[in-house]
Amino acid sequence: MEKIKELEQDVKKTCYKSLLIENIKYRTLLTKKYLDKKPYERNDLKKITALIPGVVEKIYVKKGKKVKEGDKLLILEAMKMRNDIVSPVNGTIKKINVKEGSRVTKKDIMIELI
Amino acid sequence: MGLKRKTADLKKRMREAIKGGGSKAIEKQKAIGKKTARERILSILDAKSFHEYDLFVKHAGRDFDMDKKYLPGDGVVTGTGTMSGHPVCIYAQDFTVAGGSLGWAHAKKITKIMDHALKLKVPLIGINDSGGARIQEGVNALAGYGEIFYRNTQASGVIPQISVILGPCAGGAVYSPALTDFVFVVDGVSKMFITGPEVIKTVLGEEITMEELGGAKIHSEISGNAHFYAESEEECFYQVKQLISFIPWNNEKKAELFPKKPPKTRQFNIEDVIPTDPRQPYDVRHVIKSICDDSEFFEIQEYFAANIVIGFARISGQTVGFVANQPLVLAGVLDVDSSDKAARFIRYCDAFNIPIVTLVDLPGYLPGIDQEHAGVIRHGAKILYAYSEATVPKITVIMRKAYGGGYIAMCSHHLRADFVCAWPTAEIAVMGPEGAANIIFRNEIKDAENPDEIRKQKVKEYKNKFANPYVAAAYGFIDAVIEPKETRNFLVHALDVSSLKAEIGPKKKHGIPPF
Repeated sequence: MEKIKELEQDVKKTCYKSLLIENIKYRTLLTKKYLDKKPYERNDLKKITALIPGVVEKIYVKKGKKVKEGDKLLILEAMKMRNDIVSPVNGTIKKINVKEGSRVTKKDIMIELI
Repeated sequence: MGLKRKTADLKKRMREAIKGGGSKAIEKQKAIGKKTARERILSILDAKSFHEYDLFVKHAGRDFDMDKKYLPGDGVVTGTGTMSGHPVCIYAQDFTVAGGSLGWAHAKKITKIMDHALKLKVPLIGINDSGGARIQEGVNALAGYGEIFYRNTQASGVIPQISVILGPCAGGAVYSPALTDFVFVVDGVSKMFITGPEVIKTVLGEEITMEELGGAKIHSEISGNAHFYAESEEECFYQVKQLISFIPWNNEKKAELFPKKPPKTRQFNIEDVIPTDPRQPYDVRHVIKSICDDSEFFEIQEYFAANIVIGFARISGQTVGFVANQPLVLAGVLDVDSSDKAARFIRYCDAFNIPIVTLVDLPGYLPGIDQEHAGVIRHGAKILYAYSEATVPKITVIMRKAYGGGYIAMCSHHLRADFVCAWPTAEIAVMGPEGAANIIFRNEIKDAENPDEIRKQKVKEYKNKFANPYVAAAYGFIDAVIEPKETRNFLVHALDVSSLKAEIGPKKKHGIPPF
């Protein structure tokens, strides 16, 4: 029994957090995985981001150009493949952040639409 | 040549073969804290019980000048032996010989001992320490892996399969351990991944070390690929021996019966462990230790999804599998990882005739976008599937809260638990009192002059009426309400009367679990 109390003291020292489930606050420890989780980001269709690192091989559009959903915007060479990046929505090119030959890494915003 | 000379010749050949990769390679292996393949086998098995097979097998490489190379035993040691008197088949890859790389002959030695284990119906232990496929042998190396994976699958649920990762195990090679029942890893020694740090850097531009990517800690805590974590090879071998003592040789046998021992109740008193307030945490492992023989609990996947506790213990000398919500961590919720962890363990117990004891105390499922997007629906369904499908004796103890879907999932009567008892502290309800009162009395609370006070009052009302075991008992959804100190007796009795349990479901080839 004393040992349990000791252990509990130890645990308490590492300090409980509270976790809310169905309006009830529970005192408990949180895991590394729980604490490390990334907050959700809403997918913004007007920002064309690189899903994998690569090199921009060709850009088809210029600033101010109107594009339709499905229009080719650029070619991204990545994973030994030439990937056509197309516009997911109708819109106008607001900004182009890359040049032909630019190297991009994951999540870089390449083109912005309005 | 007389017998003496023939024997001398044999001895010479054996000495040559046993040298493995030679003294230099062995020194290198030892310098990083690793034992040689034969030393490992000898440390796991009973003294003098190891009998080696295929010592003189020659490798099958013919291209790239490989035919001129001599690779003793082709980089793998195989054989039979005993562990605490139990027969086992075993193999250990020898990193000192061509980096333990897997060629056709190497794979054939492994598949031969696997076939042997399946025929003899004894556990198979594989010690992995290999650089991967032997590139010079091309598609033959791939064929070798495929043959191993097929046998792992065939043997699954028939004989226990144990993988001990004592070195690199990368690329396709990791799928053999992944198909086996239990994976052991050692800190600083084990490294498992599909694509290594270099490929990740080239393709994705992300930098990571081998240890951070697929070291023992990662697989024990984050990925859940490993079941047992040890600081040293010795500790790891001790864990393997302990595990073998809890499980049967094959799926037609029961685990070995040990002499009965009472729990150490002075150290682990069941009446002192649990706070009655369901919001307060405690370590559910103390409850297990207050119930089981000699308070000896052998935990599996201690660091992964610690919000659920699984492992083996004995009750009246008989092995049982414990599945318990852990209020100490994440309030004991079910989520993607804990569902996956528990479901696989339940299926293991069911395959190997080990009764399952479930200790229930959970607030429900973990809310979160990440959980929903990670597929908590299909992962959570695994628990329902595993419990419903299991035909071994299933005994459930509801200790405190059992709310909503969590109540159903944790081996309720509805999923065909054989015995369900609850403590007087149990709260079996569709949801926690706070949430339920908010919904049921929504209008009264909204229209009240003092909503907070009314809410408090309604929560209290709901608590008094429903936050207890007696509503469920009135419907017969639980069999008995017992004092916590009677729990062990209840379990002993339940196990006694269900020793002949036989249940036959509808005829089918196999079900489609939500993998």
